Amino acid sequence: MKPRLFVSRDAGALALGADEVERAIIAAERRRGLDIEIVRTGSRGLFWLEPMIEIATTEGRIAYGPVQAADVEALFDAGLLDGGPHPLRLGRPEDMPFLKRQTRLTFARCGIVDRLSLDDYRAHGGYRGLERAIALGPAATVEEVVTSGLRGRGGAGFPTGIKWRTTAQAAAPQKYIVCNADEGDSGTFADRMIMEGDPFVLIEGMTIAGIAAGATQGYIYIRSEYPHAIEILGRAIAIARRSGCLGARVLGSPYAFDIEIRVGAGAYVCGEETALLESLEGKRGMVRAKPPLPAHKGLFGRPTVVNNVISLASVPVILAEGAAAYRDLGLGRSRGTLPIQLAGNLQHRGLFEAAFGLTLGELVDDIGGGTVSGRPVRAVQVGGPLGAYFPRALFDTPFDYEAFAAKNGLIGHGGVVVFDDTVDMARQARFAMEFCAIESCGKCTPCRIGSTRGVEVIDRVIAGDRRPETLALLTELCETMRLGSLCALGGFVPYPVISALTHFPEDFGIRKAATAA
Amino acid sequence: MPGFEPWSAERGGAIIAAHKGQEGATLPILHALQDAFGHVPRAAIPLIAEALNLSRAEVHGVVSFYHDFRDAAPGAHVLKLCRAEACQAMGADALSAAAREQLRIDWNETTPDGSVTLEPVFCLGLCACAPAAMLDGKVFGGLDRARLEGLLKRARQR
Repeated sequence: MKPRLFVSRDAGALALGADEVERAIIAAERRRGLDIEIVRTGSRGLFWLEPMIEIATTEGRIAYGPVQAADVEALFDAGLLDGGPHPLRLGRPEDMPFLKRQTRLTFARCGIVDRLSLDDYRAHGGYRGLERAIALGPAATVEEVVTSGLRGRGGAGFPTGIKWRTTAQAAAPQKYIVCNADEGDSGTFADRMIMEGDPFVLIEGMTIAGIAAGATQGYIYIRSEYPHAIEILGRAIAIARRSGCLGARVLGSPYAFDIEIRVGAGAYVCGEETALLESLEGKRGMVRAKPPLPAHKGLFGRPTVVNNVISLASVPVILAEGAAAYRDLGLGRSRGTLPIQLAGNLQHRGLFEAAFGLTLGELVDDIGGGTVSGRPVRAVQVGGPLGAYFPRALFDTPFDYEAFAAKNGLIGHGGVVVFDDTVDMARQARFAMEFCAIESCGKCTPCRIGSTRGVEVIDRVIAGDRRPETLALLTELCETMRLGSLCALGGFVPYPVISALTHFPEDFGIRKAATAA
Repeated sequence: MPGFEPWSAERGGAIIAAHKGQEGATLPILHALQDAFGHVPRAAIPLIAEALNLSRAEVHGVVSFYHDFRDAAPGAHVLKLCRAEACQAMGADALSAAAREQLRIDWNETTPDGSVTLEPVFCLGLCACAPAAMLDGKVFGGLDRARLEGLLKRARQR
């Protein structure tokens, strides 16, 4: 049998030189007269070791990384194809602590399978969930997702099954499934990874949603910043259509379902579900007032399920393994697993899928291994640009929707961005307001005007202009934005600002003791 | 990055016609026009309005809402540098300051020789490979000043 060499083609791996590595492997293969099967996978999510390559051996796969093109000849000399010893040899990926400690349900196949092989997908459990959904029928499928306790992984944490049930119960000649792949939060890349590494799982999840809610058309709204995901997903949809996994009779069943990709155009606010629907309709991405809910009046006024990529990609395993298996994982009202994304100034940066309940400290210090700069961790922003900054004193907070809310934070889409002690928190607070001003859709006044005034007020605080009065003004402005904004952009931008001010007052020119609550 | 076509009403009209039948066709049309011409030419706006039965103001409103759509063709190379938090945590602010200094331009400007356009981007999803950039659609991670200078130098020689 031909040696099988697995090469990660995730955009993260490409950004670190995977293309050049693959070219060097092919050149070495020719020069040495070898015949190797190169399997193109997504990433396992250990980005500090990318580009990572793996060779199939009798003892399982053996990984090497981080590999640069210049290392390839030496790797072949060292017996790469037999898993031979080399300083870059990492051993079996499953034995590496970063992977061993995870519970990979949604990401079970990512980085392992040939991402565009339907056979490989099926061989690793793919389409078992859809088969079961077809056997159960729509109503029982909805109840299975309700029972699993799955909550929207985009950030809001709304129960996915309830959204489906509401849409299923709405009568209309046409309903839609819309996948929100506008993953704009800095520090998050789980959607991108799954779309590039296991695109069929998203297609399967959307198909199950379509059958459950009675929708025959799906749209995936992907941000334009993700060209690799757009390409891979487009190819996967074409393969699924050709194989009868999408189309008039899905897997030979009476159910019809098809998917179309639409590309965003660089507007962060389009990650908000109603702005996304406006954008899909061809308009400015302006937030809609709710009600009506999208489940009643969504895309083109029709009942629409809007779910995040990870929510939908978690559905196949829930159907395949049963709701109870998923619900039994987690903490409190946060059930199942969450793909956490470790980013920023951290040694072990990557994707860590685990049941809810790990503490922030475990993630940053233990799993993440501390900063890459070697300096002390000072602040951690959780949940994207609208998430709060956590100081070390709050590192005992467990990953759970309610626990983070109780500490005036949010887990959002599960992004964790670590900063060392060189960070200036007044500057981070200013950036949050600046970002909101750039990205505000402009529909509501607190966000449109408040964000610009917010930048100015923070500038005055930094300049030391009547600081106590200016700080009071900033706090009041944040309160107005929190309570008066139409959506989470203006409504949540006070989280990073107020958390920076509360936990790091010294960066705003205030003596710590004076403000300690 | 291949050079862009000069604006032609005939070619623009054909692109619009190819996409106008879709549900919510505006964004697909705008992307297709920008792919062909490097920007959304002002002359295309009345054609889009006509095809989609919208007012020119509505079409202009959509074009100007989205950061992606340009009103003038970019330089020969487009460098997008990530300005978001995960990249900030790894030195993106200093990196972009160095790039602006080296190119002697600010965000959304093109060098006088027309070789490089510098655009900010808020997250490429490469947060575990920060600081990250995209040059002519190709992604780069773990950048420092020297590597970025090397990339720009090679791009400008092509």
